[in-house]
Amino acid sequence: MSALVQLRGVSKTYGSAAALHPTDLAFERGKTTVLIGPSGCGKSTLLRLIIGLLEPDAGTIQFDGAPITPAHTAELRRRVGYVIQDGGLFPHLTARKNVLLMSTHLKRPVAEMDQRLAELCALTRFPETALDRYPLELSGGQRQRISLMRALALSPELLLLDEPLGALDPLVRAALQKDLKEIFARLKQTAILVTHDLAEAAYLGDEIVLMTEGRVAQIGTLEDLRAKPASAFVTEFINAQRALVLT
Amino acid sequence: MNAGTRSGGLQTAERFQRAVWKAPLLGLLATLCVLRASTSLGEPILVGSKKFTESYVLAEIAKRAMEEAGIPVEHRQGMGGTIILWEALRTDQIGFYPEYTGTIGEEILKAPPSTSTAEMRAKLERSGVGMTSDLGFNNTYALVMQRAVAEKSHIQKISDLRNHPELRFGLTHEFLDRRDGWRPLADKYQLPTQNVSGIDHGLGYAALRNGSIDVKDAYSTDAKIGENDLVVLQDDLQFFPQYRAVFLYRLTLPPKAIAVLRSLVGTLDENQMIRLNAEAERTKNYALAADLYFQNGASRQQPRAGETLTHKLIRWTSRHLELAGISLLLSIIVGIPLGIAASRGGALGQVILGVTSAVQTIPSLALLALLVPVPFFGISPRTAIAALFLYGLLPIVRNTATGLQDIAQPVRESAIALGLEPAARLWKIYLPIASRSILGGIKTSAVINIGTATLAALIGAGGLGEPILSGLNLNDHATILQGAIPAAVLALLVQWSFDLLDRILIPKGLRL
Repeated sequence: MSALVQLRGVSKTYGSAAALHPTDLAFERGKTTVLIGPSGCGKSTLLRLIIGLLEPDAGTIQFDGAPITPAHTAELRRRVGYVIQDGGLFPHLTARKNVLLMSTHLKRPVAEMDQRLAELCALTRFPETALDRYPLELSGGQRQRISLMRALALSPELLLLDEPLGALDPLVRAALQKDLKEIFARLKQTAILVTHDLAEAAYLGDEIVLMTEGRVAQIGTLEDLRAKPASAFVTEFINAQRALVLT
Repeated sequence: MNAGTRSGGLQTAERFQRAVWKAPLLGLLATLCVLRASTSLGEPILVGSKKFTESYVLAEIAKRAMEEAGIPVEHRQGMGGTIILWEALRTDQIGFYPEYTGTIGEEILKAPPSTSTAEMRAKLERSGVGMTSDLGFNNTYALVMQRAVAEKSHIQKISDLRNHPELRFGLTHEFLDRRDGWRPLADKYQLPTQNVSGIDHGLGYAALRNGSIDVKDAYSTDAKIGENDLVVLQDDLQFFPQYRAVFLYRLTLPPKAIAVLRSLVGTLDENQMIRLNAEAERTKNYALAADLYFQNGASRQQPRAGETLTHKLIRWTSRHLELAGISLLLSIIVGIPLGIAASRGGALGQVILGVTSAVQTIPSLALLALLVPVPFFGISPRTAIAALFLYGLLPIVRNTATGLQDIAQPVRESAIALGLEPAARLWKIYLPIASRSILGGIKTSAVINIGTATLAALIGAGGLGEPILSGLNLNDHATILQGAIPAAVLALLVQWSFDLLDRILIPKGLRL
């Protein structure tokens, strides 16, 4: 089975600094891939290239077998959900309108939208009674759940999450990690998640892509990375994170 | 709640918001139609006057004389200055107005001082303008002294000052700087220059009275000369240029009207004019001063049954609101799209912000002078509206641009990543989020407009500037306040109604 997203020789520089060196990567359908690495390693850049917020300097990105071009990014974006760290919710719209914004814009039937909203509330454990609140009236965890509902509203083939849990306190974060894992499993969702937390990566990811300085350092499970580190950096990164957890 | 009612509520809200934006547009169109219609009504001859007492009085006298001859005349009083009146006359928007030969030569024709009256007439004729002969007085610069002081030192002529170096001169700053002012005057008469200081015109009279200065400059027909019993020193070397009063008129005026203007020639000397000016300033009523002129003649008309103050206030205020309102709507309609363009930065953004800022620096009188000769504008309210529209642009353009630029990056990227097209992003996301800032700009613009709409009086377009201007000329605080208080109240009302509008137009989620 072919990969849903396929990068070939994709690179990106900001001014003179290379954010991403020429990279080949494939993201398989139905799997959760975690991009991990220190700040500035290029993991967010990679995500933004896939959603078309950035254009690559060189190389091609294929989605579902077709190369991404500016001409059909709008159509592509509707097949991809995107969740960012602080939610990126629209402050002037209620939770309900945030979630249904695109469905309304695309003039989906009202009954279908209401049914989808109920499903999403159940899926993300968001109380339906809070749907008419504005983002400022919601807690951080609730905001991320709404952001996730908004990303899932059109049943996207691909879900991109850029440090979605980064700004949450540990208890909320743990609860959401658990929910995310269930959601991905139930939806058989193809997902790419960016994090800098190795425990989260290991918990949520079928596969981990460890990056450093704009390059892929190693791809595999946490076991692979630990047992057969591809470089000294991989060992160092894993040890540093383990030390954090254990002390 | 079922699905149907929920979406119904949503649509109603959107329809309401759209209606809120549409209503002013319709109002604007309606008002423009009314404006067009009202400008073509009636055919009285228009007489203009400049914003100082003597000009008002002369125009009022001519108006009275015309009306007695059965010619209807409308007085556009207190217009902005020579250039505005001249342009209005040249482009046939007013029929006639009082002017001075010195001003005609220097400012209008820019002719050398040696130009003869016949040469002036010939040049004016090329613009379709005629000039009456001298009304009988010369309103030029003069030096004045207290009668007692002048008599004690035996001073009658300017050259007599030469022998009195102890005298203290208190001169206006304008006179000190003018090409036909103090320095060449002192050179020509060889006057002592050690005791000279600059002082404000009004304060100068007080200083003269209490003896802290001895000599000051004045206009030779200034009402204060009569009021304070001052002596005008004779210009024995004929230094000051002649500023003889005449009427300038369209050559296309009916012969009967021109004949009336000619009948006024030679009927006013300096003393008579000083008396009329003093009467106008004393009674705060130019029509009464004009009456005084006709008292010696045939008919002493009762002053026209005056408009009540309430009626005048309503007339001024409604015109004021009309000017400020229409111009504000235009500023909004043009300003928001310009602000959106400017928010994208780049060269275009720089140009838009630069030009709208530069417009602010043009003094209102200069802006009016630029617009008056343009056919569509002239001395109609349209000119005032255009000027106010230009002044109102900057706050709206700037606030729209900043409001849009201040939207957080994650919110922007979310809108893009969701797959909304650029237009939908703007209408559904960016503009609503920037609405507080945009409305703030509109509010600033509205309050500024209420204040600036007083400039309309400079071109005779009415509004609350009318009492303010005439009060300033008469040094009459009560009249000034008749315009200033309603203007201040309007500004407050506008402020409050916009605070209410905020609650309707700014989405609730942004007001938490």
